[in-house]
Amino acid sequence: MKTYRSYCMVCAGTACVSNRSFHIKEALEREIEKQGLQDEIAVVTTGCNGFCAVGPLVVVHPEGIFYQQLREEDIPYVVEEHFLKGRPVKRLMYSPPGEQTPIPKMNDIGFFKQQRLIALRNRGLIDPERIDEYIARDGYFGLAKALKMKPREIIQEIKDSGLRGRGGAGFLTGLKWELTRKAKSNGGKFVLCNADEGDPGAFMDRSIVEADPHSVIEGLIIGAYAIGANQGYIYIRNEYPLALKRLIIALEQARNYGLLGKDILGSGFDFDIKIVRGAGAFVCGEETALMASVEGRLGEPRPRPPFPTEHGIWSKPTNNNNVETWANVPSIIRRGAQWYSQIGTETSKGTKVFSLVGKINNTGLVEVPMGITLREIIYDIGGGIPHEKAFKAVQTGGPSGGCIPAELLDLPVDYESLSEAGSMMGSGGMVVLDEDTCMVDIARYFLSFTQDESCGKCTPCREGTKMMLHLLKKITEGKGTEEDLETLEQLAHEVKETSLCGLGKTAPNPVLTTLRYFRDEYEAHIKEKRCPAHVCRQLNTYRIDPDACTACGLCRKECPEDAISGGKKQPHLIDQQKCVKCGICFDVCKFEAVCID
Amino acid sequence: MPKLTLDDLRKIQEKSRRMTMLREGAGKAKITVHMGTCGIAAGARDIMVAFLDEIEKKDAKDVIITTSGCAGLCSREPMATVELAGQAPVKYVDLTPEKARTIFTDHVLKGKIVMEYALALGSERTF
Amino acid sequence: MKTAAIDRILERYRGDSSALIAILQDVQEEFHYIPEEVAIRITEELDVPLSRVYSLTTFFKAFSLTPRARYPINVCLGTACHVKGAPRILEKLERDLGIKTGQTTPDRTFGLEAVRCVGCCGLAPVVTVGEDLYGQVEPAQLSRILKKYKEAGSKS
Repeated sequence: MKTYRSYCMVCAGTACVSNRSFHIKEALEREIEKQGLQDEIAVVTTGCNGFCAVGPLVVVHPEGIFYQQLREEDIPYVVEEHFLKGRPVKRLMYSPPGEQTPIPKMNDIGFFKQQRLIALRNRGLIDPERIDEYIARDGYFGLAKALKMKPREIIQEIKDSGLRGRGGAGFLTGLKWELTRKAKSNGGKFVLCNADEGDPGAFMDRSIVEADPHSVIEGLIIGAYAIGANQGYIYIRNEYPLALKRLIIALEQARNYGLLGKDILGSGFDFDIKIVRGAGAFVCGEETALMASVEGRLGEPRPRPPFPTEHGIWSKPTNNNNVETWANVPSIIRRGAQWYSQIGTETSKGTKVFSLVGKINNTGLVEVPMGITLREIIYDIGGGIPHEKAFKAVQTGGPSGGCIPAELLDLPVDYESLSEAGSMMGSGGMVVLDEDTCMVDIARYFLSFTQDESCGKCTPCREGTKMMLHLLKKITEGKGTEEDLETLEQLAHEVKETSLCGLGKTAPNPVLTTLRYFRDEYEAHIKEKRCPAHVCRQLNTYRIDPDACTACGLCRKECPEDAISGGKKQPHLIDQQKCVKCGICFDVCKFEAVCID
Repeated sequence: MPKLTLDDLRKIQEKSRRMTMLREGAGKAKITVHMGTCGIAAGARDIMVAFLDEIEKKDAKDVIITTSGCAGLCSREPMATVELAGQAPVKYVDLTPEKARTIFTDHVLKGKIVMEYALALGSERTF
Repeated sequence: MKTAAIDRILERYRGDSSALIAILQDVQEEFHYIPEEVAIRITEELDVPLSRVYSLTTFFKAFSLTPRARYPINVCLGTACHVKGAPRILEKLERDLGIKTGQTTPDRTFGLEAVRCVGCCGLAPVVTVGEDLYGQVEPAQLSRILKKYKEAGSKS
């Protein structure tokens, strides 16, 4: 390996790539060569750095200088000033919202300071397309250690670590492994990695696979050895092309090194992994539906028991964990259960990766110790709410979860606390909502999602979600009655109790939590025919402020109903009789002259 | 025969140790070459190359080398500062590649300050 | 040409009875939809009923039985995009393109779809056009984006 004095780590996660990070990389290489520094400074592409809000970004080591929102035209200056003359460029550094002083070093930035990386330990530090860089950071040493242990000892180690499934339900991983190990089989067992990340507002698994695919592969090999499986599957969303590509490369490299295949590291253990691409069905995140789809069948769930640990792919015992769970395994084996179980709370050990998105300043991916409070995540790491708006709620657990209100901001984040609050850990989506979000609209949004994705096999989910959605639409359009609210609540409980699989059982959660914490908003829609956040358009009245109107005529031109009148230099007026409340005038006005009452 | 053994893994890791360390920003010694316009004109690039070459030759994995702007003493360029962890930094002036190599062997690796090239023991600690 | 392509795809999965979905995915990628004659050919080759192909292609969102547009536009309606104004972006596109969600423009240049989370929530709201992804999209930017593809489409 060549001796460089400095490394430029260019983030090549999906978000940064779409912000032209590959062009930044090329510009860096070009300028470095122009200055004759190509033997001193290396440019490396990494997986998602996590701080997606300020991409495209580059971190320069060994100093750890964090450059953000780079443009190609910035690069010549950075190379000359920083790389040649040793003067880091202040104007391209990050400053917290509302502050003037930039923070040069990545690890001093609030977003990164409070994170604890285990599943994401290699993010931004290695090129995910080079297995040697993974090995350099202790990669595959967990596997080497595991292969010298007895399967029983590995399972005990995972049990002692307290690791629970990171896909959402939080089943003890070690216990699941033990069940699969003990299950009888007349012809093989399987390990499966669920990378069919479908929750809207969540991208943890995509980022892990993009940033560190070998951690998932290593976890699977360790699990397979412990369980007694010789074949593994990774079921990944086809909508994640970059993750898919990196996974294919990683598998190929692992095979070339003999880390997959026959007699792995001289242990006598044989194992290989096959990739199955998802075909776009949310219900396939449910494990029995996923397994049906692996076999080439329709992705519909079936009743459990029998559980997959006994009766999985091709009716053989199958151990299914999600991406983040598998990615935690190598570190636990390498560093020991005791090290891992010191992190977190009594019942929820270790760390959890969250995608922090919505109405928050520092959107991105974070990994935090269990037990951290929502307030710490949203304010210390997330940097609070933009435009000085008020925080209203945080939605966790995707369509299966719920909305947690401001009064519970000090809630510790662990499996139990979130469930008690009516939500759930879920796979780790965390969508922050501010005062401009209508909670009835959010409930309607999630119901339209689950209704659309319901596979239709069982009646409560197929018909129940449809009826609930109908009622929610009625309420958001201002046609709801108090009786509808009662029916909605009753239906929600029925669907929750009687649906076949997790999709239906959890679909009512967004409705139930918003009813529990934001009933007043439902009532405003029904009794006062008013949407407090002005989101439900049918309840809005649009009006033009004559003082702000410049008579530009744009709204008049765009109005589909010709409801706006007014001439040159004459403030415009909306005819409320003709107005259909489409909101176009509000969207097109450049002078904020259209107001909502 | 397995394709790869635990020893092979260790060898791969050892080969990349310097890379890993740099990216983690760790290291027991740090050399700063002053690269202002005056420094570059006086030959700072040659000093940088000499240090890098020494790192490679001596296989010194935990030495960080970085650049900084003009040190404010243009008449004595090229200059470099050597900082061992937990010790005061030492500024060296009027460097040549040969002097740089001596400093690397004696000070950076063995911890013995090369008094005849040193300007002063300063308090401008940078890490 | 279709025969050669389908031969190539079938060759990849020879002898794997579980590969029906993977074969259909490759066909979709190749032709941007599942042509009827190709579907029939696959069922003959794998010895499965045509009804099974129909059920899979209508169940999974990745498949389409009618040709898709040259530049499919996907408006992300994930939660983060939803709260940051994605529905208004979708409406603006419907108006600008003169089609409804799920439809294709008469010249087959653009198709408009609403999709559930493309996993770029940090950039919400997100719109993808073909292979390109646009983040933090404002409704006002859309006509400029569309123009780029219209020009590219008319050149070739």
